[in-house]
Amino acid sequence: MGERLAILTIEDLTVKIAGKKVLNGLNLEVPEGETHVLLGPNGSGKTSLIMSILGFPNCRILSGRILFDGTDITNLPTDERTKLGLGVAFQSPPSIRGVKLGEVFKHIAKGEVDEIGLAKITNIPMEFLERDLNLGFSGGELKRSEIFQLLAQRPNFALFDEPDSGVDVENLEIIGKAISGFLKGRSGLLITHLGHILRYVKADVAHVMFYGMIACSGKPSKIINLIMKRGYKWCEKCPKVRRLRKKR
Amino acid sequence: MPKGKKITQKAIEKPAAFGSDLDIRGFSREAAPWPSCPVTSLPGDIAQRALSAGVRTDEVDRAGTYFQIDRSAVFKGMKKTFGGKAEILSTKDALKKYRWARNYWWKLVDANMDKYTALANLRWDQGYFIRVLKDQKIELPLQACMFISRENFNQNVHNLIIAEPGSEAQIITGCAVHPNIQSGLHVGISEFYVKKDAKLTFTMIHNWAQNFHVRPRSAALLEGGATFVSNYVCMKSVKSLQMYPVAYCKGANSRVSFNTILHGGKNSYLDVGSKVVLQGKGSRGEVIARAIATENAQIKARGLLVGENEDSRAHLECRGLLLSDQASIHAIPELVGKVKGTELSHEAAVGKIAEEQIQYLMARGFSESEAESLIIRGFIDVGTFGLPDALKEDIKKMVDASIAGAL
Repeated sequence: MGERLAILTIEDLTVKIAGKKVLNGLNLEVPEGETHVLLGPNGSGKTSLIMSILGFPNCRILSGRILFDGTDITNLPTDERTKLGLGVAFQSPPSIRGVKLGEVFKHIAKGEVDEIGLAKITNIPMEFLERDLNLGFSGGELKRSEIFQLLAQRPNFALFDEPDSGVDVENLEIIGKAISGFLKGRSGLLITHLGHILRYVKADVAHVMFYGMIACSGKPSKIINLIMKRGYKWCEKCPKVRRLRKKR
Repeated sequence: MPKGKKITQKAIEKPAAFGSDLDIRGFSREAAPWPSCPVTSLPGDIAQRALSAGVRTDEVDRAGTYFQIDRSAVFKGMKKTFGGKAEILSTKDALKKYRWARNYWWKLVDANMDKYTALANLRWDQGYFIRVLKDQKIELPLQACMFISRENFNQNVHNLIIAEPGSEAQIITGCAVHPNIQSGLHVGISEFYVKKDAKLTFTMIHNWAQNFHVRPRSAALLEGGATFVSNYVCMKSVKSLQMYPVAYCKGANSRVSFNTILHGGKNSYLDVGSKVVLQGKGSRGEVIARAIATENAQIKARGLLVGENEDSRAHLECRGLLLSDQASIHAIPELVGKVKGTELSHEAAVGKIAEEQIQYLMARGFSESEAESLIIRGFIDVGTFGLPDALKEDIKKMVDASIAGAL
C-alpha cells in the first residue's frame, strides 16, 4: 500500500470559515486507487474539509497546503481544480431556478457520456433533465442527481458528502451501486454518518475527525462498528481525542 | 373634437402618476416624410435594426407587416396568402375608412391621463390598426415596427388592435432606432379589444437607444372567453421608461397574462408594471416579471391585481436580480380585493446571485463567468413565457447578448 503514490495530500491545513477555525492543522493522505471514509460527530469539520479541498472562497486558509495528483492546488479556483480531475457530490446542493439539469449535464459530459445509460444507472427519469436544477427534488432525487452529475464529470478523484443520508433503502442501493461501480480504478473520499453506504462501497481506510483534525485512522468496518456501538461520546474519552481538544 | 382638444391642452402640463417627469418641449417634431415602399426594399441599416426588435423586413414567417418611420407609415399590408384573414392599416386611414372605429378610439386609455396621452392626442403620428377578422386563425405572427430615424425626435403613435370574435393571432411589435440616433421620446398608445372567444398574443420588443425616453400607454378589454397574452421584452438600456398597461377582464372566463423581461443598465430609470382588473365571472390573470439591474440602473417593478368578481383569481410573480451594488430594484406588488371570493396572490423576490450557486456550478467545472451567465439566463428563463415560437430563439439571443454585455 505504501508503494502507491498519493492522489490527495493535505498537509497541516488550518482553515477559517466566517471567522471560525474549522480545520486545525489537518493532515490526510489518500493513495491513488483507494477510497477513504471520513467519520466524525456533527461540527467536527468534515464538510469544511470538503469545501476546503474544493477551494470555496469562504474557506480562508491560514496555513498548510493541498496537493492533488502532484500539483499544489492550495490557491487554485474551484473550476481549475475540477479540470485537474476533482469531483464532488454535495450533501445539500442549492437549487437554481431556470437552469436545467440537462444543460449542466451537457456542459460537463462534453458529448462523451451516454446520457441514457447514465440516467438508467442513477435512476434519473429522462424528463428530469428538463427540470430546474435541484428545485423541488426529493431527498433521494437530490442524491441521485448529484451522483448522475458526478458520473458525467468522470473525475479521477471524487468527494462524496453524505450520499446516504436522508435516503430510503431502494435509493441507497441505487446510489451505492453507482458509486461502487464508478470508484473502480478511481479514488475517493466519502463522508458518511451511519456507514450505510459501505454496504455497497468498498472502502480502504476510515478516518475519524474531531475538532478539525484527524483523530484516528484504521479499518473501516472496525471503526464504524465501534462508533455504532459506543457513539462519539465514547471517542471523546480517548486520550488521542483529548490531546486534540487541548491542541485546537 | 374642439371640446376634447381644450381639455387636452391642460393635460399637456400634467406629469404622469409614475416615473420621472420630462420636459416634453425639449424634443423635436421635425421629420421629413418617408415615401411608401415595399417592406422588403427598406435600407439595410433599418432592416438590421428592425430585426433586432423581432421585425423581419423579409417577412419570412410573418403574415403581414406595418412599418412606420418617424411619422410616416411606409408600409402596411397582409401577405397575399393571408389576405382576408386580417386587416392592417395606419390608424389615420382606419379612422377615415371606418366610422365605427371612433367607438374604439380613446375608449380604454384616457386622453387626458397625463402629458404623454395628451401629446399623442394633440400631435398624433399614425400608428397601426390591426383587425383580425371573425373566426380567422392566423398561424404566423403579424408584425409592426415603430422606427425613429431622427435625432431627438418625438414620435407619438396610437395603435388600435381588434381581435374579432373567435379569431386567433399573434402580433409582434418591435421598436427600434437608426444606429446613429441616441436620444428621443416615444409615446405609444395601444388599445386592444379582444372579443368573445378570441385569442391574441402580443409581444412588444423595445430596442431603443441609450438616451431615449419611452412612455407606452396600453389598455386591453377582454370579452367572454377571450385570452390576451402580453409579452414585453426590453433588454437594451434607455434613459427612462414608464409604463403600466392594464387589462380589463370584463367577460366571463376571460384570461390575461402579462410577461415582462427587463434589463436596465447604465443610468436607466425603468418604472414598469402590469395591471389586471378581474370583472368577469371566472376571469383569471397572471403577471410574471423578471428584472435585471446592472451598473446604476434603478428599476421599479410594479403589479396590481384588482378582484371585482366573486369568482376570479390572479397571481403576480416578480423577481429581480441585482448585478451591481449601485443598482436598485424596487418591487411593488399590490393586491386589491373588492369582493369576497376573489383570490389574489403575489410573490416577489429581489436579490443578488447566490454565491453558493456559483460555487456549485464551478465545482461542476463551469468557470465563474460561465456560471454567472448560466444563472442569469436561468433567472430569466425565456422558455417559461408564452412567447410565439417564431420569436423564442431570437429573444433567447437578445437575452444572451444582453447578459454578455452586462458581465
